[in-house]
Amino acid sequence: MDFKKRDVISIKDFSKEEINYILNYTKKMVPYAKGEKHTDILREKILSSLFFEPSTRTRLSFESAMNRLGGRVIGFADPSATSQKKGESLADTIRMADSYADAIVIRHPQEGAARLSTEFAESPVLNAGDGAGQHPTQCLLDLFTIITELKKIKGNKIVLLGDLKYGRTVHSLAYALSLLGAELTFVSPESLKMPKEVINECKEFGAEPSSISNLERAVKDADVLYVTRIQKERFPDAEEYNRVVGMYKVDVDLLKNAKEGLIIMHPLPRVVEIDPEVDKTPHALYFKQAFNGIPVRMALLSLILGDKKL
Amino acid sequence: MKKLKITPIKNGTVIDHITPGFAVKVLHVLKIPESTSSVVSVAMNVKSRIGKKDIVKVENRELDPKEVDKIALIAPKATINIIRDFEVVEKHKVQLPDEIVGIVKCSNPTCISNAKEPVKSRFLLVSDDPPSIKCYYCERETEDIAEKII
Repeated sequence: MDFKKRDVISIKDFSKEEINYILNYTKKMVPYAKGEKHTDILREKILSSLFFEPSTRTRLSFESAMNRLGGRVIGFADPSATSQKKGESLADTIRMADSYADAIVIRHPQEGAARLSTEFAESPVLNAGDGAGQHPTQCLLDLFTIITELKKIKGNKIVLLGDLKYGRTVHSLAYALSLLGAELTFVSPESLKMPKEVINECKEFGAEPSSISNLERAVKDADVLYVTRIQKERFPDAEEYNRVVGMYKVDVDLLKNAKEGLIIMHPLPRVVEIDPEVDKTPHALYFKQAFNGIPVRMALLSLILGDKKL
Repeated sequence: MKKLKITPIKNGTVIDHITPGFAVKVLHVLKIPESTSSVVSVAMNVKSRIGKKDIVKVENRELDPKEVDKIALIAPKATINIIRDFEVVEKHKVQLPDEIVGIVKCSNPTCISNAKEPVKSRFLLVSDDPPSIKCYYCERETEDIAEKII
């Protein structure tokens, strides 16, 4: 399977076979991501890291992934220090970054920014999140986390909880989980329900996602509880945000009736939706999940930029 | 003999089988009356074999393909008849292309295609009747297409 110079914009650009291939290849990356083994297969390669919006995990893990593969990173984490501030178009910034590096990773507050970037770059573009749009590498690391812990995705009961309307990770994830045969349940405040078009996409793969409001009932026979933050920055008005934040909370009480093997995931950062007491339980997997961002991004960078595989 | 409510035209375009009530939207996308000084006739809720329909007749103007695409977005069952010297010289049903470029604005205000970037809006066809299109950039389906036609 050839991924050389391939753009990574949306999980929908990848087939089931391609996703499985990437996830399998990611397993090989784990000892390198942990620093137990060393490689320089991307020596002399430069990644341009353009973060027009704040990010901790995604940016650092992309940088770490590139460094672990022996490559180098240039870029910015704060657009106020760039020509964007002077009114430069994204297209021009991309043309410039394209001539400085072998690949571009971009996070941008506007949906479609990464897709647009591919039209102005010869080098491959990796989407690190475009507004409320796509975040394919987060999706892949979520899938990798489930496979690593539960050995498979097909047939597992997965609950997606929280902001299902604005949350970019849950849209890509619902799509990919349906493609890979998981059973989905959506739990959210009424005003933050999963958009109709996402549900329709899930149904195209034969999935029959259910939407319920009772979290206890949903968690009872779940294998995965995927929690998301209610994102203040995506809300049109503060009043609506205050009304729904804190409506659902994952705490040790809730987990009393859960399956022993239930895993709790969260793309982080969390605010109030998971009680810190949950961190001490064997269910909590979100920090391990955050680490998985490194091997997944290493796998992608290596497949896209490398002359040989590990 | 009964007289037709709208008389035949010598030269121009007859847009037939418009979804009832949508004739005004068709006029809007064709930028009528601003774009023409010729006679334009509109008939609404006209009885036909397959129920009611609207009809628009525009004299001395033959629609270009881009205008036909726009009509397909709001009246997917419409037919376009090109008239020359009272004869129908061309007749076809509107049909949306798989990709719609530069004629609809994305309804997502934070879509990059609405920013000052050197690209035209671009949509992929989801279904043609009722028309449903998805932005190539932000992947959202556009709501109220008629209002978003450029």
